[in-house]
Amino acid sequence: MTDRPLKVLIAKPGLDGHDRGAKVLARGLRDEGFEVVYTGLRQTPDMIVTAALQEDVDVVGLSILSGAHMTLLPRICALLHDRGMDDVLVAAGGIIPDDDVPALKAAGVAAIFGPGTTIAQVADFLRANARPRD
Amino acid sequence: MADSPKSKAAERSAAERSAAELLKAADRSVGEMAERLCDAALAGDRRSLARLLTAVENRTSLAERALRRLYPLAGHAQLIGVTGPPGAGKSTLVAALIAELRRAGRPVAVVAVDPSSPITGGAVLGDRVRMQAYADDTDVFIRSMASRGHSGGLSSATTAAAAVFDAVGFDVVLIETVGTGQSEVEVAAAADTTIVVEAPDMGDEIQAIKAGLLEVADIIVVNKGDRPGAHRTAGQLHAMLADTPRESRPGRPAPKHPEVLVTTAATGDGVSELLAAIDRHRSAARGSDGEAVRLKRAEAQVWAVLVDRLHTRVLELEGAEDLVAALPDGAPAAVLPPVATPGSAPRQVAPRRTGPLAADELLRSVASHEIDPYAAADAILDRLVGRAAGSGRGDTQSRRGRAD
Ligand code: B12
Ligand SMILES: Nc1nc2c(ncn2[C@@H]2O[C@H](COP(=O)(O)OP(=O)(O)O)[C@@H](O)[C@H]2O)c(=O)[nH]1
Ligand SMILES: [Mg+2]
Repeated sequence: MTDRPLKVLIAKPGLDGHDRGAKVLARGLRDEGFEVVYTGLRQTPDMIVTAALQEDVDVVGLSILSGAHMTLLPRICALLHDRGMDDVLVAAGGIIPDDDVPALKAAGVAAIFGPGTTIAQVADFLRANARPRD
Repeated sequence: MADSPKSKAAERSAAERSAAELLKAADRSVGEMAERLCDAALAGDRRSLARLLTAVENRTSLAERALRRLYPLAGHAQLIGVTGPPGAGKSTLVAALIAELRRAGRPVAVVAVDPSSPITGGAVLGDRVRMQAYADDTDVFIRSMASRGHSGGLSSATTAAAAVFDAVGFDVVLIETVGTGQSEVEVAAAADTTIVVEAPDMGDEIQAIKAGLLEVADIIVVNKGDRPGAHRTAGQLHAMLADTPRESRPGRPAPKHPEVLVTTAATGDGVSELLAAIDRHRSAARGSDGEAVRLKRAEAQVWAVLVDRLHTRVLELEGAEDLVAALPDGAPAAVLPPVATPGSAPRQVAPRRTGPLAADELLRSVASHEIDPYAAADAILDRLVGRAAGSGRGDTQSRRGRAD
């Protein structure tokens, strides 16, 4: 079946209480036809990767506005790799300075979306880049 | 020479051969993949387990291969349904049950179902938010599923997922669904024990939910026991249940007489009492009631496969109408596939009143996990083909072109 919905995890790593963007995104992607697993606030990298594994998601979406992205995001990518989940697309958004983007991409984050991103932009990107369906 | 009719025919048959070879190879590789995933999942690999669950959710051919292998290994887990209105505290209660069960050392799996949007097909699956803190406990596995507008298929998808968890060694499977009419009934079919969760102070709602509650609830939980009114609500439910006649009317399932409990899921208060009540219900249901539930579950599974079979293998062929018409009355009209006849739009064919399929024996074997639902569905399909042929229209045998 190729027409089944893409499954996306939306997670908030670390001690970041800004969940408005994550919630806007979760509902917006649902309205675009995605199945969105929302895990809530204060997720450790381990919790996020375990959730991604158990849910067998196509995409891990990380929303982070706390400034801790340079430690948390590479850690999550490394754990995904350790657990054999290199085929899962990783996307991130929130408050992430442009200067940090190259390092995050090198660590395995496919794309980073800042304030003002539209849901349609995110949806199009995910549809175009998530792993091919089996 | 290259264009001679003979070489064209040879080319064509070579092409057909290689297409058939390709199909066979694809089939083989699906089979091998299913075997590999089952081996790994049975050995405790959680990623493979997650993959199998995806296949089951998507009803792929890999899922069929895997379930045929795993279904006979299942039948040991305790299946507990948790349903009720949004916000009553179902997910919080499931989390509290996980904590309690883990204290007893029992491996726990959760299937948490949330509704899909009927318009976009999308869904927000938010139950995990309440079930944190088990990231490094490999004996807890939580899986969210969207209802995907299954008509009659929700229980089959959750039952199949539960069978996979069961086969790989999870002792308890908790199934959370939002209680809205039909899905309530479906989860009741998927579980051994169904808990209906309510919040305090439902007021007038109590009367309104009465009928639906009695149909599905083995245990009623008034959650949020820390709120004023919880015990009053439980008292009202008690009184209401005491008024319910004990005997069943002919031809109707016996009314259930659920225990009513108060919990505070947020703190864990009342949760060990709830588990004790679940175990009481379980031992009581070992008898005929439990058997009836297991038979119903088997029936739902077999129907789901049968409908798939009719969809994918039979309907595009001419004369499928006879086959659908030969279905027994038990087939819910909504799950019957529309029949396409050449030159006309697909249309709904009602089964003729042919009476039940003599399939009780088969269903019992599925209920006891001796055979899998696919084997049973195929046996029934064979009988249907016989019956359709017996009704005397067309050469139905030719419609059986199943590639095995
Ligand atoms: C609202 C807000 C709050 C609210 C949060 C309410 C809530 N529940 O979310 C409150 C008042 C609680 C708050 C508190 C704090 N805040 Co504040 N807050 C903001 C503010 C003004 C807006 C954030 C917001 O909601 N935007 C709207 C949403 C829809 O946008 P978004 O989150 O950016 O998401 C969009 C994109 O980024 C993208 N996206 C986001 N996530 C993802 C994920 C994926 C996978 C994808 C594809 C896309 C994507 O798509 C979304 C849609 O376009 C920002 C400033 C700003 N302009 O961003 C500061 C800001 C984030 N806060 C900040 C700070 C410092 C704090 C506090 C520490 C204290 C303080 N000084 O106020 C506390 C900490 C709270 C905590 N526990 O973490 C700083 C962070 C600095 C940094 N990172 O270096 C900011 C940037 C303000 C600033 N300029 O200093 N805050
Ligand atoms: N006061 C109180 N709130 C609770 C309790 N259990 C759950 N809740 C809250 O009720 C809300 C809904 O809970 P949730 O488990 O998501 O409900 P569900 O929609 O039925 O799964 C959340 O805000 C919970 O924190 C409880 O025992 N007491
Ligand atoms: Mg819930």
